[in-house]
Amino acid sequence: MKKKLLSVLLTGVVAAGMLAGCGQTAAAPAATEAAAPAATEAAAPAAEPAAEPAATEEAEAEAPAASGELIKVGIINNDPNESGYRTANDADLKAMFTEENGYDASFAYSLKNDEQIAAAQKFIQDEVDYLLLSAADTAGWDSVLQDANDAGINVILFDRTIDADPSLYVASIVSDMDKEGENAVNWLADQGLDEYDIIHIQGVMGSAAQQGRTKAVDDKCAAEDNWNLVEQQTAEWNAEKAQQIVQSVIDSGKKFNVIYAENDDMAKGAVAALDAAGITHGVNGDVIVMGFDCNEWALEELLDGDWNFDQQCNPFQASYIDEIIKKLQNGETISEKVIVMDEKGFDASDITQDDVDTYGI
Amino acid sequence: MRKIDKSFPGVRALQGVDFTLCEGEIHALMGENGAGKSTLIKVLTGVYGKDGGTISLKDQGEVTIHSPQDAQNLGISTVYQEITLCPNLTVAENMYIGRTKGTIQHWKKMVQDADKILQNLDIPAKASQQLASCSIAVQQMVAIARAVDMDCKVLILDEPTSSLDEQEVEKLFGLMRDLKARGVGIIFVTHFLDQVYEVCDKITVLRDGTLVGEYEIKDLPRVQLVAKMLGKEMDDLSDIKSEQNTYQGDDADTKVFEAENLQSNAGIKPFDFYIKKGEVNGFTGLLGSGRSESVRAIFGADRVLQGTVKKNGKVVKIAKPLDAMKNGIAYLPEDRKVDGIIGDLSVRENIILALQVLTGFFRPFSKSQANKFADEYIKKLSIKTASADTPIKSLSGGNQQKVILARWLLTHPEYLILDEPTRGIDVGTKVDIQKLVLELASEGTSVTFISSETDEMLRTCSRLIVMRDRKMVGELSGDDLTQSKIMSTIAGGESES
Amino acid sequence: MSKDSAKGGFWKRLVSHQMFIPLVALILLAVINLVHDPSFFKITLGTNNAGFPVLSGSLITILDYGSELAILAIGMTLVTAASGGQDISVGATIAIAGSAMLRVLCGGDSRPDALAAPIIVGFIVACLAGMACGAFNGMLVAYFKIQPMIATLILFTAGRSIAAWINNNELPIVPDPKFGYFGSFIPGIPIPTTVFIAAACIIVIALVLRFTNLGLYTQAVGINESSSRLNGINPNFIKFITFVILGLCVAVAALIKVSRLSTINYSVIAKDIEMDAILAVALGGNSLAGGKFNMWASILGAYIIQFLTTTLYKFNVSSDALAAYKAVVVIILVVVSAPVFRDAISKLTKRKAKTQKEVG
Repeated sequence: MKKKLLSVLLTGVVAAGMLAGCGQTAAAPAATEAAAPAATEAAAPAAEPAAEPAATEEAEAEAPAASGELIKVGIINNDPNESGYRTANDADLKAMFTEENGYDASFAYSLKNDEQIAAAQKFIQDEVDYLLLSAADTAGWDSVLQDANDAGINVILFDRTIDADPSLYVASIVSDMDKEGENAVNWLADQGLDEYDIIHIQGVMGSAAQQGRTKAVDDKCAAEDNWNLVEQQTAEWNAEKAQQIVQSVIDSGKKFNVIYAENDDMAKGAVAALDAAGITHGVNGDVIVMGFDCNEWALEELLDGDWNFDQQCNPFQASYIDEIIKKLQNGETISEKVIVMDEKGFDASDITQDDVDTYGI
Repeated sequence: MRKIDKSFPGVRALQGVDFTLCEGEIHALMGENGAGKSTLIKVLTGVYGKDGGTISLKDQGEVTIHSPQDAQNLGISTVYQEITLCPNLTVAENMYIGRTKGTIQHWKKMVQDADKILQNLDIPAKASQQLASCSIAVQQMVAIARAVDMDCKVLILDEPTSSLDEQEVEKLFGLMRDLKARGVGIIFVTHFLDQVYEVCDKITVLRDGTLVGEYEIKDLPRVQLVAKMLGKEMDDLSDIKSEQNTYQGDDADTKVFEAENLQSNAGIKPFDFYIKKGEVNGFTGLLGSGRSESVRAIFGADRVLQGTVKKNGKVVKIAKPLDAMKNGIAYLPEDRKVDGIIGDLSVRENIILALQVLTGFFRPFSKSQANKFADEYIKKLSIKTASADTPIKSLSGGNQQKVILARWLLTHPEYLILDEPTRGIDVGTKVDIQKLVLELASEGTSVTFISSETDEMLRTCSRLIVMRDRKMVGELSGDDLTQSKIMSTIAGGESES
Repeated sequence: MSKDSAKGGFWKRLVSHQMFIPLVALILLAVINLVHDPSFFKITLGTNNAGFPVLSGSLITILDYGSELAILAIGMTLVTAASGGQDISVGATIAIAGSAMLRVLCGGDSRPDALAAPIIVGFIVACLAGMACGAFNGMLVAYFKIQPMIATLILFTAGRSIAAWINNNELPIVPDPKFGYFGSFIPGIPIPTTVFIAAACIIVIALVLRFTNLGLYTQAVGINESSSRLNGINPNFIKFITFVILGLCVAVAALIKVSRLSTINYSVIAKDIEMDAILAVALGGNSLAGGKFNMWASILGAYIIQFLTTTLYKFNVSSDALAAYKAVVVIILVVVSAPVFRDAISKLTKRKAKTQKEVG
């Protein structure tokens, strides 16, 4: 009996721990939002530094929504601890959806689809005006989104797409992972090496980022004779696994001159292995190091010349979402359902401290 | 059914043993531990394959039994010492589990059928009741009912009575006689001689894997039965008494341990108790009367609620077993398997355990030291084991008990508590243990000896404390130490003090 | 004749020894690598980018990266033996201990210019954090009688969030290169520091097992708790203490993990390492139901897992199939070391010996 009671209590504790994240509302007095950012058209790879992320910090005061009433939004996101990308993404959303900006926002976090769906149902019951969703999994969302539509709630997807009828959501703001990969590969091709012997370190297999970033390399290696994959292996976004993979290539004595890591952490792990083996890297080094995501520390590595290239994966969707909501509130229609964000690549040879401060996450 | 006949030449577990069971008879299978009783039964029920010989049934002639399922289909059912049912299911579910042909189960019908059988056999249980809520005896009977309902012609009862009290045993015997009248042949395996003479028609004695003989019960007096089982024409049991020389020291009258108003959380009434130096006393009473609980309270095995324990007149604090051990108390628990042996550990580790704990966490014995202790006691108690490295669980019950005894003797206790040390072990070891108790006492060790077999108590103890319904109800010594006096005290006779 | 039987006894003892199957697996892996590429066993002395001599080669890599797992296997073996269950929160508690260490070293600043506290202080705090987590798990298991896997599920679920919370969700980077020595090389010493740390842990546990009764007590408690209690052992305390010891192992593993890159990533650091640690115990032929254990077999199991991982990287198996390859090898190893299988084999060899005898 005592035991039973205790286990019930414990489950309660665990459940409470999980829910703790869900209840949080963004109350932080964040930077007030700037005017609606400009460019939303599908950005060209070499687009000029777009204004929106910077704009968030430019603190241009603006009155709350015209109606004077707060717009209720429910935001379902992945756990902010998942990665630096997610942390930045969450911070960006929290900074945008504040009372000062005319929003009443509730946040729910989970890496599990079923918990996210449960959170969505709760938000529908709470009669939010907008449901913002970064789905953990692509499948299983049809019925709950249908419920949201029936309740007159506009659904906006950010960061990730889902396998559902496009009529169920008004817009989807995503990174184009394929384009990120192409961007990086194009940069690499421009380096004009005689031979490309690449160690390709992949993310968690099957994730959108991994698929997009891998595809570009695979296509190029298939097309060009002087592009070879020395090793292609998943390190599951884990720096230390990447370190092991590169170490094992070094141990086997195979030649390579490029490290193409699908995120910054893994690039860092790879570099640790190079350092231990006395292999030079970065600008003027023997091995070209490429990463993704543009963490602040990674851009600093570029600045120091230890790495060669980093491709941005833009976590700052809040301003795009804000713009769409404003349009809908004004009765305008959304012309483009899928909005691809601008994403830049940075080269060690021309990166500036300014870039680091602006784009580092 | 006329004849089950088989013999197994070859391996020494069983050598050419014949066994015949007639319709409607209760046939005792007797022998010391390791005599081959279990092996014989396991061959009969298909748990073991046989290396030779034949098994025949009355109607089918020679049959082959490859699995317990085969045996069941042939009408051979077994009820083991440990209940092998599922305590969290209902009685009815237990009776029918694993027997249905299809997957669909008619619950209602099942419960009705089960109730009918229970009623028929006069078993005090309801089919819809959870098995765990029945007493052990009733659970045992349910297991029998399950066997009977499977149209069994041969029922094997392997030590069914060892965890039952007398009334329960009586009930079980009633059921057995009832089944016998219905023409079921029953093979009854037990260590209790009384029970054999009470209920059986025939006895087959095995020794060292060979058949000693088959006897009509009336042709074989007890003494001879024991002799046949031991394989010696000796009257060991009566020898003991003559050897009994009590402790003669000057301090023979000092009370080594005294308990006052002691009560544990195991549901016994507070009691007073004492033991003198070199004395052998005993707790007697029916199963569940609080014998074990009393000694457990002294040892600190259960949580002590109130009362004090004095050692040589000085109050000592005994809150947990370690406290008792430090004060020179040793306790051989009632349930060897659950509380005694550490199955996977070697004989050596099992022997040194208690002394090791007393010596301290940071002072382990060296390997050679441990071996010395182990070898000494293996020899002293003639423990039959391949080596000191053998896991204790592969020893026979009697030898396991000796190892536990060795464990406590190694600590050189001033006060040794033996709770049912002779249960479920062979006659030879029983005698050894009783002798040992008297020997220890004569050297000045105080011993409390608890046994379900009253003759053992009478033989060893000079003072008996009688318990009834978790309460101390009397104390017998001297001339009062007779079977009838004990009985009347247990039953609540005039000798209550 | 007597010589013959002694020889047979030796073989039988060898085959039935707990270390036999892990050793055979290790040798098999080594042979496969030797056939595939003899340079697998080459160890070369080179210089790293800091200009100091270092040894490199696959074997060094295995010893290097197997260290954390070997250290964790020590604690996991004890926990398994005493409680008959496993701690699945190990990865998450590494994140907690590592995060606590960084918090102290960086003083809450994600990009400090200098250490806010000496490394030893950071490590002690990590030990305290690890042991506190172990004590929490141990308390639930020993005193509240919750099944280990359920009890540790709490920290398994919440641990990484707690780790992130300790550093306000920042990912601090330790500025002092000395901190990196624990996960790589000490200047001038060509052997990875992790190898020394693992060796130190193994020596410590060897001494503990030799000069205390920890082994006897944990096994006794794991096999028969009630009986252990009646022999004066406090089973609850023994279970509790094994979890605390595991917590200490976790802190040491966290030091290595965090030191390798001088930073932490709460979501992926030591991810799934609990499963590898449990696997190491199982590969060593130890029963996951508790009771008897062989510490050396567990540690060997840990290195076998690392050997396997390195081998798979080396063979450059497809990323999609990596997990499947690993699973197949693990299944084979676990089945082969299962008592049922061993019994069958020993029966087979017996029969063979018998026929040989008859022929002879």
